Amino acid sequence: MTATTTGPLSSPTHDDHVARLEPVLTARNVSIEYQVDPPVRAVDDVSLTLHRGEILGLAGESGCGKTTLAYGLNRLLKPPAILRSGDVTFHDANGTDIDVVSLTGDALRAFRWDKVSMVFQGAMNSLNPVISVRKQLGDVLTTHRPQMGTKERAARSAELLELVGVDPTRLDSFAHELSGGMRQRVMIAMAMALNPQVMIMDEPTTALDVVVQRGILREIMRLRERFNFAVVFITHDLPLLLEISDRIAVMRAGRIVELDTSESIYARAQHPYTRQLLDSFPSLTGDRGSFVRTGVTRDAAEEEAS
Amino acid sequence: MSSLEVRNLVKEFKVRSGLRSGTLRAVNDVSFTLEPGKTLALVGESGSGKSTVAKMISQLETPTSGEILLDGRPIGRRGRALSSYRHQVQMVFQDPFASLNPYHTVAHHLERPLKLHGVASGDALGPAVHDLLERVNLTPAELYAVKRPHEMSGGQRQRVAIARALAPGARFLVADEPVSMLDVSIRLGVLNLLARLQREENLGVLYITHDLATARHFSDEIIVMFRGDIVERGPSDEVILDPQHEYTKTLLAAAPEPSRHGRLREEVRAELAAS
Repeated sequence: MTATTTGPLSSPTHDDHVARLEPVLTARNVSIEYQVDPPVRAVDDVSLTLHRGEILGLAGESGCGKTTLAYGLNRLLKPPAILRSGDVTFHDANGTDIDVVSLTGDALRAFRWDKVSMVFQGAMNSLNPVISVRKQLGDVLTTHRPQMGTKERAARSAELLELVGVDPTRLDSFAHELSGGMRQRVMIAMAMALNPQVMIMDEPTTALDVVVQRGILREIMRLRERFNFAVVFITHDLPLLLEISDRIAVMRAGRIVELDTSESIYARAQHPYTRQLLDSFPSLTGDRGSFVRTGVTRDAAEEEAS
Repeated sequence: MSSLEVRNLVKEFKVRSGLRSGTLRAVNDVSFTLEPGKTLALVGESGSGKSTVAKMISQLETPTSGEILLDGRPIGRRGRALSSYRHQVQMVFQDPFASLNPYHTVAHHLERPLKLHGVASGDALGPAVHDLLERVNLTPAELYAVKRPHEMSGGQRQRVAIARALAPGARFLVADEPVSMLDVSIRLGVLNLLARLQREENLGVLYITHDLATARHFSDEIIVMFRGDIVERGPSDEVILDPQHEYTKTLLAAAPEPSRHGRLREEVRAELAAS
């Protein structure tokens, strides 16, 4: 799958690892450009395969194109962003392949959320403040499952909240009545409403404190075991990714520079940028690194000048 | 004796739910001493009262009871006494996107405190601003002085905020989550800068965070807060490597740890198998 000559660094263990898996979403040579003056190539010739039931971490600093790539996979790009080239194929569980790039109109509407759903960045604030949780969950179901009756919808909404660990009595609450962690859980419930095969999570826990974050991660892992959906987990928190994901793709300036299993990335990262990212997190319990409190070895003025 | 001390600090807020009202004790009997050249980290989850402590020290909130002592004397709450307190104790806020005024240049942000606190005036202002910018590694200073906040990255803005806090010649800095809004790749740079300035100027720093890893590496002592109470305190390595209180252990277990790879999945699988 990394057949391109300029493919990301990888290892033989990684190839062995993916050989046993069944792909669910394949992106080939995707390039996305922002048509501003001068044009910005946010994603540059990226090829990536997502497998059924795996958690794929997408790491990289702000502005490296992680979110843009995710939007590209889901056909959510808005002008001035445009998919310049490449194709995205969704391999449905029933055996058919869907060419995501050529979808339009109703076919596209039916595809989104049903097959691939998304938990947006700042999901804390992406609930509608003026309608209740019940209405928002129901909205997804009325659109995609019009044959469902009112009772069924209510039952399904309650079931969804229960799945993510929120008391179903909260169905009639409004967003401002929920804590940050609960809002995040409701967003995940909404993304799961149609049993999608792929969930794209864009920084789903960044705004939360560590204890709440841990609860949500555990919930995601648990749901993944039960429903076997694949997750693209986007974050800049590399330690977190190392802990939860099966594979990690490290992005830099629109390209995937390294793609490997989490073990390999942790034990022997090959790309200098990956190592630099790993180094920028002080270890919690390990050795006090050499860079700590010196202010000399890693004075980052030059790094951020870009 | 130079120190900033808080003694038995308590803060209660009135909360209302319908017709009933009650009091919420956000900070309950907190005492600690900040010394020059030392960093004290205050850690805890959202709502544990750590920011309320910071606000009381910077006099944005008034304590319900307890006292704050600067160099052994109770601090002034108004007039000249308050402004002299502000000379010495300054704050760095969490969000550099919100704490700088988008209408004004960097130079303006730094000139104001210099003038207000009588550090420099007239012809001396320009060089003083450049000096501050150089101290926070924003060089060449002439280039950054004329910029406005939106023309800079988050890390650069936070450096301006640090320079602004240093402008009055502060001896104590209260940094409330100074890097949590910044991209990971520049967090360490900003923290290292704070550490260097601290060493150069012998600053006392109160570092408020929920990130245990940086708290451990950038502070001498850690205080763990939970629902307004101090549940554990001690030298940073001791608290992190040998936690005593249950809550500290919970916090530590919640922090991402790459070496625990795969363990969460196993735990979850075992849990599901058992149910």
